[in-house]
Amino acid sequence: MNRLITRKIVDNVYRLKAPQKSLSTDAGVKLPSSNSGQEHGERVGFSNKIQEHDIAIVGGGMVGLAFACSLASMPLTKHLNVAIVDSNPALLSGVCIKKEDPPDPRVSTVTPATISFFKDIGAWKYVEQHRHAYFDKMQVWDYTGLGYTRYSARDANKDVLGCVVENKVLLSSLLSCIQSTDIQKTIYPSRLMTLHRNSSSMGAGSTSSGSLSYELGHTVKLDLTDGGSLCAKLVVGADGSKSRVRELAGFTTSGWNYSQNAVICTVEHSVENQCAWQRFLPAGPIALLPIGDNFSNIVWTMNPKEATDRKVMPEGEFLQDVNYAIDYGFGPHPKSSTSGNGDIFSWLKPGVTLSANECFEVPPKVIKLASERMVFPLSLRHANDYASRYVVLIGDAAHTVHPLAGQGVNMGFGDAFALSKVIAEGIAVGTDIGEVSLLKKFEAERKPENIAMMAILDGIQKAYSVDFGPLNILRAAAFHGANYISPLKRCIISYASGEQRLPIFS
Amino acid sequence: MASKLLIQLRALSAAANGHRVLARRVFSDSPSLSPPEVSSTPPPPPPPRPPPQISQSESGVKSSAPSSLDQNELFKFSSIAETWWDSEGPFKPLHAINPIRLSFIRSTLCRHFGRDPNSARPFQGLKFVDVGCGGGILSEPLARMGATVTGVDAVEKNIKIARLHADLDPLTSTIEYCCTTAEAYAMLLWTEKMVEEHKSFDAVISLEVIEHVANPAEFCKSLAALTVPDGATVISTVNRSMRAYAATIIIAEYLLRWLPIGTHQWSSFITPEELVLILRRASVSVKEMAGFVYDPLTGKWSLSDDINVNYIAYGTKTAL
Repeated sequence: MNRLITRKIVDNVYRLKAPQKSLSTDAGVKLPSSNSGQEHGERVGFSNKIQEHDIAIVGGGMVGLAFACSLASMPLTKHLNVAIVDSNPALLSGVCIKKEDPPDPRVSTVTPATISFFKDIGAWKYVEQHRHAYFDKMQVWDYTGLGYTRYSARDANKDVLGCVVENKVLLSSLLSCIQSTDIQKTIYPSRLMTLHRNSSSMGAGSTSSGSLSYELGHTVKLDLTDGGSLCAKLVVGADGSKSRVRELAGFTTSGWNYSQNAVICTVEHSVENQCAWQRFLPAGPIALLPIGDNFSNIVWTMNPKEATDRKVMPEGEFLQDVNYAIDYGFGPHPKSSTSGNGDIFSWLKPGVTLSANECFEVPPKVIKLASERMVFPLSLRHANDYASRYVVLIGDAAHTVHPLAGQGVNMGFGDAFALSKVIAEGIAVGTDIGEVSLLKKFEAERKPENIAMMAILDGIQKAYSVDFGPLNILRAAAFHGANYISPLKRCIISYASGEQRLPIFS
Repeated sequence: MASKLLIQLRALSAAANGHRVLARRVFSDSPSLSPPEVSSTPPPPPPPRPPPQISQSESGVKSSAPSSLDQNELFKFSSIAETWWDSEGPFKPLHAINPIRLSFIRSTLCRHFGRDPNSARPFQGLKFVDVGCGGGILSEPLARMGATVTGVDAVEKNIKIARLHADLDPLTSTIEYCCTTAEAYAMLLWTEKMVEEHKSFDAVISLEVIEHVANPAEFCKSLAALTVPDGATVISTVNRSMRAYAATIIIAEYLLRWLPIGTHQWSSFITPEELVLILRRASVSVKEMAGFVYDPLTGKWSLSDDINVNYIAYGTKTAL
């Protein structure tokens, strides 16, 4: 058998012809700079011969690395030979995190389901070494002053509702985690240029046979922008919302852009914030998420013109706007339910959950801007298929959502877990891991869940993009319903925690 | 999942006593004998066709024995051989049930050989033969699970397809494919054994084949002859029940057109009781059985204790 493989590799090299050879020195130079992880059997891809891998993960971001960690953590998949294609130098040099730096504005709200996934793959212990902020309370209200909802982890018998973690902490934790495992991994510090699905060298022996024209080989060849190439039995596109894999493999998407941008930044309070706050304003929601110490993260959705203005306006003016937006701006505070005289929703009172008796609170004042302000356009995009022969999409490559409830990356981690599980099940019964029938199982498991979550987030976005009297009251009624009807509230918390499907979808 | 759904079926003393007593089926959750609970399904009618001729020859190999494979059946399969690996083609149902039959094989054989079920290649170092391998859709997964696989089929075209396909992946290119009937192969091995000894298999697997052979009893004897003492035998087939008739012939062949019309002959189907008896007489005692059921709502196949239509049996060869 070995002889056979050798022959095939020789074939590969022969076929590559000259151009690769001139570039091979390039990759050779990069090698010494990769200090960390070398001792763990990690290699940097050479471009002078084609390496054969089981799985090529294109995109070494949070979702791609989580998928690799998940493969490394399961007995049936830990033997796989994995390649990670990403030009981010941090994958080789490690992510530099200084404790004294203020938190980065790019954060994720990870759900309890994601936390348990991270614990399973062995990455959460690294997250805990850095700044992270659990929160067990959440208050959602709107500018009309008609309603508010307070969620508490206690309502659903949980310890926490979620945890806010900087993306760089998640990335570095996953990197530490993958380096601590003994899965065979190769990092290609480059970008994907082309995919060849049918002209694989493996099929060379059979291309002469016309009867097998639908089945030319078991591998995909990936050409990289640095001139290198690799082969894999399965290509996992974890390369984000502008996925190159999605484009090259011909996956179609549907979706739309919102005429909204999100302004994100880190701010400082005079006291520690321990609650997640979200207020719906006429132009979009503003969220204030605790990120540890006296810092909070702001995700503020508004129209593009306002976003550009607020990005460049002086700090003092911006802070004033923020405090206005999270406090009394655009409308009064909702009345606390405990003082509820004349409350038009008082008939909803019986059977309230614990937190329903809690008063409306005003979020802590923002006193300082602790990072630059960043602006991102918002869009919704969903791949019509996640899987085809030898290629599968996970994370933002498959679905990009409104960052409303911080669900985007959690959906991606859900994909990473589901795909690694499906691959393990396939390996258990000796299936070729690139086989489309196997990958379609992953799609069948994740697509309905992701679409449901996207529809809810889009629905909330749309419901709040209209300022119209009767609709405002309906929304307020929905808030009250969500606040007072215990089973509904528990259900919403479980759903938002990523641990349960909405009953209508189960 | 497989192990949870799997209800072990044991053939009791009736089968051991042989003769004309129909094997009683007893369902038991534990491997030890628990109080018998007779299957809720009524025992199928006695076989309408003559009982299989059981040869007295212990070896199961007779130089004069004609191939047990039906010539019409051979022709039927060679005409569709090229579509073996098209998962949407004529063999779509086989592709659909392949994972669950493999999960049955994995769980029973890991237990049989004392292998770690969490290993990616639990059958490393074991020699398996896949009798009636077709295009290799069972042989290849078995090879990926670590087994040293020999695939045997009576249709030459199948073997060619299987060879070409297996060569696409280094993990499966080690499979040895031979075009021969089980009987002829057994004899070949028999003569080889005379020369160099120990040329038999740790596990003999023959799925969805026995219903296509002319003489199932001879066929089972051949399978047993290929198996090492204490080796494993796995056979799957279709029950001769009214439900099986409806499911495999009326629905799968005529209505859904999953299978070419004429793929199955109802009269050649074998009931689980008959299979247990036939195997018993070939020195193979059946240890477990499971059924394959299709859920038309989810479109998924799963293992169950319902052996009324498709079923799979695992047995061990007792020392002669």
